Amino acid sequence: MRKKGETQSEMLKGTLDMMILRTLVGGDAHGHTIAKVIEHTSEDLLEVEQGSLYPALHRLEDRKWVSSYWGASENNRKAKFYRLTAEGRKQLVRETSRWRQMTRAIGLVMGEEGGAQ
Amino acid sequence: MSWLKFLRRQRSDAELQDELEVFLAEETADNVARGMSLGEARRQARVKLGNTQKVRESLWAQNSPLALTKFGHDVKYALRTLSRTPGFSLIAIAVMALCIGAATSLFTIMRSVLLRPLPFRDPGRLVVVYEHFRGRLAGTGDFSYNPVAPADFYDWRSKTNGFEDMAVIRRTGYNLTGERGELPEAVRAAACSWNLFQLLGVQPTLGRAFAESEDQPGSTVVMLTWNVFQRRFAGDAGIVGRQIHLNSKPFTVVGVLPSWFTYPDASIQLWVPYRADTTLEFLQHHDYHHSQAIARLRPGVSLASALAQVGALQYQLHLQYPRDPVAEDVVSRSLNEDLSGNVKKPLNIMLYAVGCMLLIGCLNVANLLVARGAARQKEVAIRSALGAQRTTLIREQMTESVLICAVGGLSGILLSVVATKLIAQRWKALPTAQSIHIDGIVIGFACVLMFVAALVAGLLPALSTTGKTMMKALQTSVRTGSSNVSRTALRKSLLTVEIGITVVLLVAAGLLLKSFMKLHSADVGCVTENTLTLQYSLPQKKYDTPEKVDAFNETLLQRVRNMPGVRSAALGNTVPGAGYWGDFVFTVKEHPPLKSEEDLPSALSRWADPGYFSALGIPLVSGRFFTNDERGARSYKVIVNRQLVRQYFPGEDPIGKHLRVPAHALAGAPGEFDYEIVGVVGDTLYQVGKEPKATMYFPILDGSLRGGMLAVHTASEPLQFSVPVQKQIAELDPELPVSDVLTLDQVIGKSLINARLSATLVLAFAILSLLLASVGLYGVLSYLTTQRTTELGIRMALGAQRDQLLQLMLIDGLRPALFGLGLGLALSIAATRIFQSMLFGTKPLDPVVLSGVIATLLTVAILACLAPAWRASRLDPMQALRTD
Repeated sequence: MRKKGETQSEMLKGTLDMMILRTLVGGDAHGHTIAKVIEHTSEDLLEVEQGSLYPALHRLEDRKWVSSYWGASENNRKAKFYRLTAEGRKQLVRETSRWRQMTRAIGLVMGEEGGAQ
Repeated sequence: MSWLKFLRRQRSDAELQDELEVFLAEETADNVARGMSLGEARRQARVKLGNTQKVRESLWAQNSPLALTKFGHDVKYALRTLSRTPGFSLIAIAVMALCIGAATSLFTIMRSVLLRPLPFRDPGRLVVVYEHFRGRLAGTGDFSYNPVAPADFYDWRSKTNGFEDMAVIRRTGYNLTGERGELPEAVRAAACSWNLFQLLGVQPTLGRAFAESEDQPGSTVVMLTWNVFQRRFAGDAGIVGRQIHLNSKPFTVVGVLPSWFTYPDASIQLWVPYRADTTLEFLQHHDYHHSQAIARLRPGVSLASALAQVGALQYQLHLQYPRDPVAEDVVSRSLNEDLSGNVKKPLNIMLYAVGCMLLIGCLNVANLLVARGAARQKEVAIRSALGAQRTTLIREQMTESVLICAVGGLSGILLSVVATKLIAQRWKALPTAQSIHIDGIVIGFACVLMFVAALVAGLLPALSTTGKTMMKALQTSVRTGSSNVSRTALRKSLLTVEIGITVVLLVAAGLLLKSFMKLHSADVGCVTENTLTLQYSLPQKKYDTPEKVDAFNETLLQRVRNMPGVRSAALGNTVPGAGYWGDFVFTVKEHPPLKSEEDLPSALSRWADPGYFSALGIPLVSGRFFTNDERGARSYKVIVNRQLVRQYFPGEDPIGKHLRVPAHALAGAPGEFDYEIVGVVGDTLYQVGKEPKATMYFPILDGSLRGGMLAVHTASEPLQFSVPVQKQIAELDPELPVSDVLTLDQVIGKSLINARLSATLVLAFAILSLLLASVGLYGVLSYLTTQRTTELGIRMALGAQRDQLLQLMLIDGLRPALFGLGLGLALSIAATRIFQSMLFGTKPLDPVVLSGVIATLLTVAILACLAPAWRASRLDPMQALRTD
């Protein structure tokens, strides 16, 4: 999920799910918007591959963390919008705290003062 | 959840495509906004989107459960490999279809007849109780379960308490005449004590059962079975309470029995109270053995103690009537066993036969699969070298055999639907032939069978082909010649077992067939061809004196004898070969009185008109036939058969001696009568397959008998005469129904139907098995030939002659056949013990049958081996050497 061409590991796949959930906190969005928001927010360091994005969205929907509906996009196209569910919000909280612990731990190992943040 | 996903993955895929479309459009719009040209914007968007197919596939996979995918792959793979060799697949499927079809049919019949409990209340506690003679008669099969005399039954019921209740039934018959000019009909009926339906727990569908007060002599109430209710009275519920005419007497219908009630068999049309058509005098007899007692065991009482009580009482009765045939003891069997007793043995034999056939079928499919495994050995080795797990490979091969068995099994079930119907129609002795049908449990059984067969047929070859270490398999080439020794040995031993089982089946079929042919060609002792028989019964009300009965009988005989094309006509109560009918005990007046421990002599009782013996071609040995004026008071004459003379007058001239017969069915006859023996005639069989019995013939013109069986010996095809003869009867009495219009050959054949059916079915199984075994033999040898092509080429190059090669291959192929033959013969010796009792005039180790089986098997084996062996001997040596 980093720059194109690099392989994704299981952990990164988990972080994609988390980032999608985080993106949806800002409001319902369709696939393209989600990808664009992640890319912009990461200052274009991350590029979301569609090959991961859509399976991830469907997976999140299966787990009932997001729900979906068909609506009109900014350009008035019929698009599938995703919305964060209450369950998804809880999941985001869990994922976020886990992520913080993880980065702090890695940061400590890497000798950074106080972890990554 | 995942199933829902799986089922909706089509839709989910379509949605995804829409989403990707949207993405593309949005990205293009963004790119245009960034200042790209439309074409470039679209191109960049596509580059960013990447391979949409990959996205779709990954989502598709995400939506498909893993096990299911794997299973789908296996099935697809198996289907492909199977369709690559359609010949093999079709043969294997056909084999399985036949085997599973046959097994399913037989299971259906077994279940209906032997396993399904009767729909009566608590059927496990119902037993049928018989009288049992301990003496000389006990050994002869017919007497081990002797019918019960009415007086015995009433004593049992009132004086013992081991059974909750006991009921009694007796078969009878009526002429059912219509009130509004419907055709008269002779119907079979049963008389039962009033408590029978209550004892069985059967509720009439309409109306009620008999009341105790109705079970009296002279009672005129009747219950209809569903059959006659629908057929004759169009299912009109208004019939209850109305009257119908039986033997010209009005009877009131009190109830209609449910449609499933076909006890004791489906031929019974009406039920009347037990005592209805009897006299008080009749009910006091301890020696009229023609009823059946059904008892319900009291809870908490063992069958043995209940029976012992009845047995003790019966022994008292025996001592009380020492001069009458009153049994000393009683026996019982369960109601279910009583109904199925006669067909249990042939059914079991057939079950064994079908089991053998199923095993042969499985072995055959296994054998074919081993051969395929050999052909795919390299493929399997390469795949395992590439990392395929052994379990995966076994699973794939198992899928193949499961597929074969599933398709075969489904066709088998369809096949058995047809076959079951056919068998149930043909096999008249089956007690519940009407209720035989295929249901969920039977289909479940077939499915279990299918998978067991698949396991048996698939596991062995799968293990054998995948077991080798990969390197060994890869190194193996046909050129080394020795590679497949173990697999060939496996195939040969499978084949040996297969042939062995086939031999057992062939021997069984041969013995049953020979026994049937013996039965069929047995000499009944009278003319059987071109003879028409029919029965009638003169109603008491209209024919109330012996003179009226005689007048009817004589006029009829006279008329029939005068018909053109009729050679002769005989009138008796029955004809030879038609069954047991009845017997009397007697003493010889001129002999010293019997000692008390001696059994009373007994003989079959028959009635005959003066022309009976010459019409049926029964030879006169000495003395004379009856004359026309031996009737009424002058009719105390009797003709006996040679068997009676042999048994009771050894070294004596029986003519002029007297047989003293205790009061028999002769209406109102008091005490005993002395019958003078006037003639001795040849022996006839009362039933084919049974030894001839001592028989005495009374003059039918004594007027005591209302029922008669007319036998008409004709010059041409007898059935052509059935309508003209019936017309003669209708002219004499238009209200008199006629029944059982059959040729004498058909009457005798009826008793052989079961023997014929079991012989034909087992023979059919045996022939199928032989076919399967020969296909197996052919397959193995063809395979061996291709395996040894190189070797044979070398032999030829070194100078082996073609006929030497032919011989070599033949011997190689015949060896398993010979081993199988030996194995089969050894097994047969054990197996024939099972059905020894079913054989008539045939020893279990009949040399003709055994040599026939050996010859058949060897011929088939040689034929099966010849083609591949001949092909091997015709090989072009150069070609053969180049083959790899």
